[in-house]
Amino acid sequence: MPQIFKPSANTLAKASIVGGLLLAVSLIGLLIGLGRSSYVTRAQEFIEQPIQFSHAHHVGDDGIDCRYCHTSVETSSFAGIPPTKTCMNCHSQIWSTSPMLEPVRASIRDDRSLRWIRVHDLPDFVYFNHSVHVKNGVGCETCHGRVDEMPLTYQQNSLQMEWCLDCHRAPEKYVRPRSEIFTMGYRPPVPQSVQGPELVKAYGIESLTNCSTCHR
Amino acid sequence: MPSSRLLLIVASCAFLAACRQDMHDAPRYEPLEASTFFADGRGSRTLVANTVARGMLREDEHLYQGKVDGQLTDTFPMPVTTEVMARGRERFNVFCAPCHGRTGQGNGMVVQRGFRAPPSFHDERLRTAPVGYFYDVQTNGFGAMSDYAAQVPVADRWAIAAYIRALQFSQRATVGDVPPERRAELDAPAPQEAR
Repeated sequence: MPQIFKPSANTLAKASIVGGLLLAVSLIGLLIGLGRSSYVTRAQEFIEQPIQFSHAHHVGDDGIDCRYCHTSVETSSFAGIPPTKTCMNCHSQIWSTSPMLEPVRASIRDDRSLRWIRVHDLPDFVYFNHSVHVKNGVGCETCHGRVDEMPLTYQQNSLQMEWCLDCHRAPEKYVRPRSEIFTMGYRPPVPQSVQGPELVKAYGIESLTNCSTCHR
Repeated sequence: MPSSRLLLIVASCAFLAACRQDMHDAPRYEPLEASTFFADGRGSRTLVANTVARGMLREDEHLYQGKVDGQLTDTFPMPVTTEVMARGRERFNVFCAPCHGRTGQGNGMVVQRGFRAPPSFHDERLRTAPVGYFYDVQTNGFGAMSDYAAQVPVADRWAIAAYIRALQFSQRATVGDVPPERRAELDAPAPQEAR
């Protein structure tokens, strides 16, 4: 009767222990990577909206300030989605017969809200306040990216906790002067390593990393 | 094999995580969230018609209508300080400049895209208009311009009115209007544009 295990089985047994461990480690790594990937965070993904609204056109081409539409961003926790009337301030005359804008006209005619799809949706167990970030030198661009170059709006960053903490631990890496909050494509006139700590001091910015800062 | 058990545990954890979203999306409305409960589909409710919140009654005719005894006024309801002017410039550049242009000549980008051109702030009619008029137009709209009452708070509308007045002065200013000790600054390079 021939032997069941050949000498090569010794090698195979050792290899399978190592291989099994490697497999487990790489699987865990894969899951962690997947959890951070845009497949899960939905970052960098264009969101279809009821109207093909282009920030690239309105901000980039026309130079309309963020605050023209997002009026409450400096004073409220919520930046504000403009009412249809804000669209009609201009579109009562410009592109006023465009089929693409029919939903806007229908909205104002029938007094029905447009149903925009929310692009940045934090989990409900996170407290977030726009105004406090805007007041303390966090530019729109820092979190939202180059909105002036987005034909359809997408979420630039993961919005995961490690991403929040990256700035909360070291705000000096990102803060900019209050006068530049709404600037797109901002380049610090002096290196951020010099300007950042100065602004943090001048604005009295604290590194808030207590759990209850956001989870309250 | 130990790895297969581990795989099973890890995989089931992943599935568990995917299934429970209750706390991500709590049963409450976020601002402006859609609602299936209300007939108009709006989670954020508008004020009931003909109601005024306590302390929000707008009795001050000067402040809220730009009028005194029913006539548009040429006085401000607040002291015009440097801060007010800076605020006015900032808000003008955000809300007015798209059409009126940053110098108030009525050639803003939206006009260049085809919107009816507004009159220049440097026209005789507008140069002599009382400041209450600019407040009134912002509040109630005029011609093709819709009102900005929802976008610009009352204090900001007055600050913008003050800045429009300054713009008007700026276009007709002479060297004589500049204090002698500061005339040298006129030849200095322009300061960085304020936003």
